[in-house]
Amino acid sequence: MADNIRYLSPVDVKNINTKKYCRFKKAGIKYIDYKDPDFLMRFVNQQGKILPRRITGTSLKFQRKVSQAIKRCRHLALMPYVGDMLK
Amino acid sequence: MNHYETVFILNPVLSEEQIKETVQKFKKLLKDSKSNVVIEENWGLKKMAYSIQKKRTGFYYLMEFTSEDREIINKLELAYKRDERLMRWLTVKLDKHALAYAERRRKRLSINEKEEA
Repeated sequence: MADNIRYLSPVDVKNINTKKYCRFKKAGIKYIDYKDPDFLMRFVNQQGKILPRRITGTSLKFQRKVSQAIKRCRHLALMPYVGDMLK
Repeated sequence: MNHYETVFILNPVLSEEQIKETVQKFKKLLKDSKSNVVIEENWGLKKMAYSIQKKRTGFYYLMEFTSEDREIINKLELAYKRDERLMRWLTVKLDKHALAYAERRRKRLSINEKEEA
């Protein structure tokens, strides 16, 4: 029975590729600068914690570099260690 | 020969002359030990993300240098530790990707400066 269902107009199937990707691999960025807090702000949450890979989609190689850069940035007081409503 | 980059934060209560003197002191230390300062950047008085030694601002200064001396980082950081005018510092070694980035950054900055001038 289920095979016989017919639609008047074709069903709109979302076929957009929503798979996450590593932005560094895609853009060919090889070095992550610790002197650029505005860029690094994208990889922390509102409290200033580093976001996990499963949310940002960054590959392991670059996640290590991101976290290193964020930690250096924090040390130089360019970025806060703890924050509230950063974004 | 290794390439390094160092950033330090100076106490904001210092006078302009004291800042110059401190910077000169570290430049001299580098020159005296077979090192070559490639570039230096004065970021000026910046607001910090959190307070250090109860100060909310600090003078940031960046130096990029090459050195033949293996002990240079020890020497430099010891000098940093002994200097009370410094509040915070960071020294990193630059790899080939970092070098390429530093060069591009320098170009971008010089272009920006030209446009402003």
